[in-house]
Amino acid sequence: MTRGSSGIGVDFDRVTKRYGNMTAVEDVSLGIRAGEFLTLLGPSGSGKTTLLMMLAGFQDITAGDIRVGGQSIAAVPPEKRNFGMVFQGYALFPHMTVRGNIEYPLDIRRMAAADMERRLGAMLDLVQLRGFEDRYPQQLSGGQQQRVALARALSFEPRVLLLDEPLGALDRKLRADVQEQLKDIHNRVGTTFIYVTHDQEEALTMSDRIAIMNRGRIVQVGSPTELYERPRTVFAASFLGKSNFITRNGRTYALRPEKIDALPAGKGSGQNKLSGTIKAITYMGATLKLMVDVPGHASIEVQVPAWRNAGQFAESQAIDICWSDDAQVEVEAGDDEKAGVPPVRPSRG
Amino acid sequence: MSSAVQTGRFNVYWLLVAPALLLVLVLYAAPILNVLLLSFADPKPGLGNYYKIVESDTVSRLIFTTIRLCLITTIASVTLGYIVAYAMLHAFSTMRQRMMSILLISFWISVLVRSFAWLMLLGHNGLLNNALMAGGIIAEPLPIMRNEFGVLIGMTEYMIPYAILPLLANMQGIDLRVTSASRSLGASNVQTFFRVFLPLTRPGIVAASLLVFISSLGFYVTPAILGGGKVQMIAEYISVQLLVTVRWGTAAMLATLMLVSVLVLMYVLNRFMRLSTVFGGGPR
Repeated sequence: MTRGSSGIGVDFDRVTKRYGNMTAVEDVSLGIRAGEFLTLLGPSGSGKTTLLMMLAGFQDITAGDIRVGGQSIAAVPPEKRNFGMVFQGYALFPHMTVRGNIEYPLDIRRMAAADMERRLGAMLDLVQLRGFEDRYPQQLSGGQQQRVALARALSFEPRVLLLDEPLGALDRKLRADVQEQLKDIHNRVGTTFIYVTHDQEEALTMSDRIAIMNRGRIVQVGSPTELYERPRTVFAASFLGKSNFITRNGRTYALRPEKIDALPAGKGSGQNKLSGTIKAITYMGATLKLMVDVPGHASIEVQVPAWRNAGQFAESQAIDICWSDDAQVEVEAGDDEKAGVPPVRPSRG
Repeated sequence: MSSAVQTGRFNVYWLLVAPALLLVLVLYAAPILNVLLLSFADPKPGLGNYYKIVESDTVSRLIFTTIRLCLITTIASVTLGYIVAYAMLHAFSTMRQRMMSILLISFWISVLVRSFAWLMLLGHNGLLNNALMAGGIIAEPLPIMRNEFGVLIGMTEYMIPYAILPLLANMQGIDLRVTSASRSLGASNVQTFFRVFLPLTRPGIVAASLLVFISSLGFYVTPAILGGGKVQMIAEYISVQLLVTVRWGTAAMLATLMLVSVLVLMYVLNRFMRLSTVFGGGPR
C-alpha cells in the first residue's frame, strides 16, 4: 500500500451547538494536528458525536468556527468536505457489492475505470478483503462489514477520517483485533483520524491524544499516558480507568487501585497508610480486586497482582493499605455528577 | 404455532374454524365457481364468450381502455404517493402522525362522495371554472370533468393512499445513515437520491404499483360519474351486461378475466418480492 494521502489539521474554535434551550456542545476549542489519531471520549450525551457531526457537515454550528487546514468549512456542504467517515453500524449500501461500495466515492468523482480498479485492489489489500469484492454486505460478518466501511471511507484518499463508534457492534475479542488493524492502517495511510467512542480501552490503546468530553465541554486533552497518570479532574480520573478519591485538608486526590499496596494488618509502611477491613474480594485473573472498608472513608478499591497474593487475603480480614505520594494525583472536584463515582467525603480527624 | 400442524397430525381445533370455513365456501367460492361455469355455458356451451376478447371491437376496446386508465393511474398515484411518503418519512414525528391521520381519514370517505366533490371543484359549473370565468381569464369552461382526464383525476386521488402505505413501510425499513454515508463520500443530495435511496425503495415501488393497479381494475363509480358516460371500464360494462342487456355469459367472462389477471399479478408480486420485504423489511 502506498502512502496515499497525508493528513491535515482540524481546528475547533469556540464551537457551540444548541438545540432550542439544550446546549449539546459548549464553547469547545480543540486543535487536531495533521496525521494525528485523536479520540473524542465521553459518556453518551457528552456532545462528542454532535461535535463529529458538525465537522462532517450534518449539523450546523450555532456559534464558533471549524477550520480545516486553516480554511473555515462552516459553509461547505458535507459532500464537498472530502472527509472519509465510518458510521456507527457502518451504513454500507445494501444494494451494492463490496466493489460497488468501495468504488462509489470514486465513481461519484468520475475516476477512470482502470484507476478505480487499481484503487479498489489497494483498498482490499489494506483491509485484507481480497476475494470478497462481489459479495453483498449482508453476506459478510460484522468485522468484514466494518472493514468494507473503512475501505470505502479511505478509497478516495481523504485527508481526514471520521469514525463514529465504529467498533460498537463487534464482540470483545474481535474488537481487540480490529483496534490493532485500525492503528496499523492509520500508520500506513497517514490520514488524520478523529475517533469517537465511549470505550476507554479503545481510546487508550489507539490514540495519539484523547480529548475527554463531559456535558458538552472538553474536560482534558492529552496523550493516553498523561490522561491516565495525571488526570486533572474527578471526572477525567473516573471516566478513563478507575480511581479512588481521597479528600484531605479540603483537597481531593485521585488514586488508582493498582497503585495501592495491600498488606496484613500492622505490616504496612509507606508515605500514606490507612487501616481497614476487606469487605469483598474478586478474583480477576491477573489481579485480585479488594474492596476495603476504611473508617471515615467510603470503601477503597485496591488491585494487587493475583499470583503473588494467592491465599493471603480473606473477607473481613483486617489489613493495611499504603501508597507513595507520587501515586496520588490532586484533582479538581465538581465536574463529577455524571461520572458515576462520588468523591469520598472528607474524613474527620 | 402448534406442533400438530407441523407434524401433520389432525388438530381437533380446526373443527372450531370449520363453520366459518364452510360459510366462506358456500357463500363465496360457490358463486365464483358459478360465474366461471356461466362464462363457458351461457348463452351456449363453448368458448364463444372468450372469443369476444379478440372478435368484438367493443370488448377489446373496453379491455384496452381499462388497462390504459389503470396504468396511468398507477404511474400517477405511485409517483405522487412516493413524494408524500418521502415527506412523511422526513417529517418530525408529530407532523408525521398528523399526516397519517389525514391519510386514514381519506380512507373512510366514500368514493361516491369524493367523485361528486371533484365535480363540484372542477366540473362545468365547478368552483375553478366559475372563478376563472368570473376573473375573465377564460371565456368557456375548461373541460376537465366528464371525460377521461376527469376519471384519471378521480382514480388517482382515490389510489394515492394505497400507494403511500406500502411505500412508507418500505422507506421506514431503510437505515437513513446510508444517505448520510453517501453524502460524506462526495455525492450530492440528488445523486444520493438516485443512486442510493431510490434503488432501496424499489420493493416498495413494485408493491405499491401492483396494489394500485389491481385495485384500479375494479373502478366502477368513479368512471361512471366523472366520465360523463364517455369512459367505460370493465366493472361498469359488466353491470350493464347483467342489468340492461342481460348477457350474463359476457359479464361472467369479463369477471373471470379480471379475477384471473388479479391472481396472476398477485402471483408475480409474491414471486418477485416476499411479502415480508414489501411490508417493512429492507431489501433482500
